[in-house]
Amino acid sequence: MIAQTMSQEAAATPALRVRDLHAWYGHSHILHGISFDVAAGEVVALLGRNGSGRSTTLRAIMNLVGRREGSILVAGRETARLQPHHISRLGIGYCPEERGIFASLSCEENLLLPPRIRDEAMRDDEIYALFPNLLRRRDAPGTKLSGGEQQMLAIARILRTGARTLLLDEISEGLAPVIVDALFDLILKLRELGFTILLVEQNLHFTAPLADRFIVIERGKVALEVEARDLEASTAAIERLLGV
Amino acid sequence: MTILGLPIQVLFGQLTIGLINGSFYALLSLGLAIIFGLLNVINFAHGAFFMLGALAAWLALTVGGVNYWWALVLAPLVTGLFGIVVERLLLRRLQGLDHLYSLLFTFGLALAIEGTVRDIYGTSGLAYPVPAALRGPVDLGFMRLPAYRIWVVVVALVVCFGTWALIEKTRIGSYLRAGTENARLVQALGINVPLLVTLTYGFGVALAGLAGVLAAPIYQVQPQMGSSMLIIIFAVVVIGGLGSTMGTILTGLALGVIEGLAKVFYPQASSTVVFMIMVIVLLLRPAGLFGKEA
Amino acid sequence: MMNRLAPLALLALAGFLPVAGVYPLFLTKCLTFALFAMAFNLFTGYVGLLSIGHASFFGMGAYIAGYAAKAWGVPTPFALLAGIAVAIALGAAFGAIAIRRRGIYFAMITLALAQMVYFFCSQAPFTGAEDGLQNIPRGTAFGLPLGNDLVFYYFVLALTVLAYLFIQAVIAKPFGETLQAIRDNEPRAISLGYDVRSYKLVAFTISAAIAGLAGGLKAFALGVATLPDVHWTQSGNVILMCLLGGMGTALGPIIGAIVVVLLENQLASLGVIHLGFFSIDFSTKAPIVIGIVFMLCVLLFRRGLVGELIALLGKRGLATETASRHTP
Repeated sequence: MIAQTMSQEAAATPALRVRDLHAWYGHSHILHGISFDVAAGEVVALLGRNGSGRSTTLRAIMNLVGRREGSILVAGRETARLQPHHISRLGIGYCPEERGIFASLSCEENLLLPPRIRDEAMRDDEIYALFPNLLRRRDAPGTKLSGGEQQMLAIARILRTGARTLLLDEISEGLAPVIVDALFDLILKLRELGFTILLVEQNLHFTAPLADRFIVIERGKVALEVEARDLEASTAAIERLLGV
Repeated sequence: MTILGLPIQVLFGQLTIGLINGSFYALLSLGLAIIFGLLNVINFAHGAFFMLGALAAWLALTVGGVNYWWALVLAPLVTGLFGIVVERLLLRRLQGLDHLYSLLFTFGLALAIEGTVRDIYGTSGLAYPVPAALRGPVDLGFMRLPAYRIWVVVVALVVCFGTWALIEKTRIGSYLRAGTENARLVQALGINVPLLVTLTYGFGVALAGLAGVLAAPIYQVQPQMGSSMLIIIFAVVVIGGLGSTMGTILTGLALGVIEGLAKVFYPQASSTVVFMIMVIVLLLRPAGLFGKEA
Repeated sequence: MMNRLAPLALLALAGFLPVAGVYPLFLTKCLTFALFAMAFNLFTGYVGLLSIGHASFFGMGAYIAGYAAKAWGVPTPFALLAGIAVAIALGAAFGAIAIRRRGIYFAMITLALAQMVYFFCSQAPFTGAEDGLQNIPRGTAFGLPLGNDLVFYYFVLALTVLAYLFIQAVIAKPFGETLQAIRDNEPRAISLGYDVRSYKLVAFTISAAIAGLAGGLKAFALGVATLPDVHWTQSGNVILMCLLGGMGTALGPIIGAIVVVLLENQLASLGVIHLGFFSIDFSTKAPIVIGIVFMLCVLLFRRGLVGELIALLGKRGLATETASRHTP
């Protein structure tokens, strides 16, 4: 496995280190000092209720919020002053809430939009082997794709860039069970391939078998952090925080 | 030969004049629409850049001895560069504010540019000769037309449809389309959007500069040629809506032709017919013919 | 209350200026433009839509009042009323069309409609085309000999104060409060059941009416009504006055109008200045200076002079009332 063959040194530097992150939209203060690490090759689930600040955390990492403060290290590099396109080029692939498929672009144009950032990125034929639907629908306009196809496309286009750290926002939301299963298998595969994944989810059931660690966000703060091995013991506490 | 009681030469003569105006409308509103799409800026200085393009051609000829053909390339480049400087140094500072601020800023810019040119060159107009190769008439069989007019229409159509293809069919065009939908997300996907914004503004302004060079031999170079043109362009944009590239081009051409027809059948209305159509469109279809939002 | 009373204090002070030796005709010009700026501010400052067509109302007010007085010998007050009436009709028509769109489209539509009025005025027989209407007689009003510059000044001052009080009444409860609610959150106002379009239309028409009055007074003050009065640059001037003074404040438009008129006057009187090897004729530089001031305002102080002052006082806790939101 790629994760295992990585050098000690690289493994010691977290893929993502967030420290005391604050974020604002206009005058409303959304994140109140969030801190966590994601190790290289780790899959971390960010859980929380609607409006707790999970999606804002991802947007703040990409510098897409109105204002942010604190420190975000990507593979050891400070990104507090970097613009979104520079952050993305450090090897982060961002899949936004509601997928962000461009309506005026064809399926293939959407796929080819983000520039490649590494030479050893997945080749187009590898991508199409992984997502055969996208090859069949390559000329369809972005809006004519089904929800599942749009979600696959949104993930495929960041895989194609060569990003090794993926920020995935609510990918299972609003999709048919059969699609959710396919997404589940996909994340499992990406995990095996050694991708670092930060997964925003509302659904503990979806993430429980996938993640190495679970972070629950509540009112813009980290309320609880649980390792996968302790999940069973903490399920009740997590569910209480999620309000289920 | 007559059509509707009019000699065919008169009718087609006015139609070609209309088509020429329409070519300018199309070129200018296309630039305005591209800039608005990505930057959300209504570029009030667009008319001033049109005039600067014409002035640059005139200056190149009278001061530098640079002929029309070189001016056709250089003047849009110079105006485009000027636009790029304006965007980088000033316009960029207004990002994220209400769109009206960038409108007001470019309004001030237009006043300052027009005022400066009027102060130096006066209002009477600077004559620009038609290039020698395009001076004669062209015999179309049923009528004869000045070659330069045909040239203007052909160039404008080639540039307009070339721009359309650039936007709709190329990779860089896909950046622009995606950026028009959601510029922040495009940037998060790794594309240098600030650079794209600067280049887009420069390109839109260069289109206005090109229209200016094409217009110089027809209208003379006058400081106020830009603002009167711009107000018509605004009406064209309100009629067509800013949503569709092809829609913008076709609306521009069609309104020029309608204006030409109005000159034949009811000359008193020719200067206001575009505005009247705007009123009718607003009453019947407030979002504009190709518009997506109200 | 400070924000509301300051303009009245200023206008009262204006009553003493001629005694202090300030040229009354200059003061009258300042007042007419202050009135025009107040009219513009009533709509754009409180409704939040930018009109680039207010020169139409100002210019038509000037032409109609001037023509009625000159050609038909209509008494001055009725000539002014005629100007206002035409401005109202025009304002209602423009408003009904332009209010169908919002934001930048509204701005473009008002500009395009105003350009029609400009073309109309440049071709219609009664406007005197390029020469405009000249030698418009001031006549009398209520027995006052308005031909006297000083008398006319106080006549305009009285009307300006009245118009100011009227505007204050309009932007007070409940009408003005609804306007601000619409400006701040239109979907919410719609969901509360307000007929948003009618509110905007009424505000636009009132604004046009006062702009028409300002135009009429200007025509009598200077004795002329010309094409520049209806030109889009005049719409630009009034935008600048409000922007410079402070959009959406009561005092801002008055201060802005005075500064812009002063600026134009100063530039004209500076004339040619010799600076060593080259000389600059400032009398022709007004449009350039206006354009540059415009850009500086937008880049550096979007709240305008009064808005910035209120913000400054507010920080020190001295202001009793903060400026309304400064949407242009």
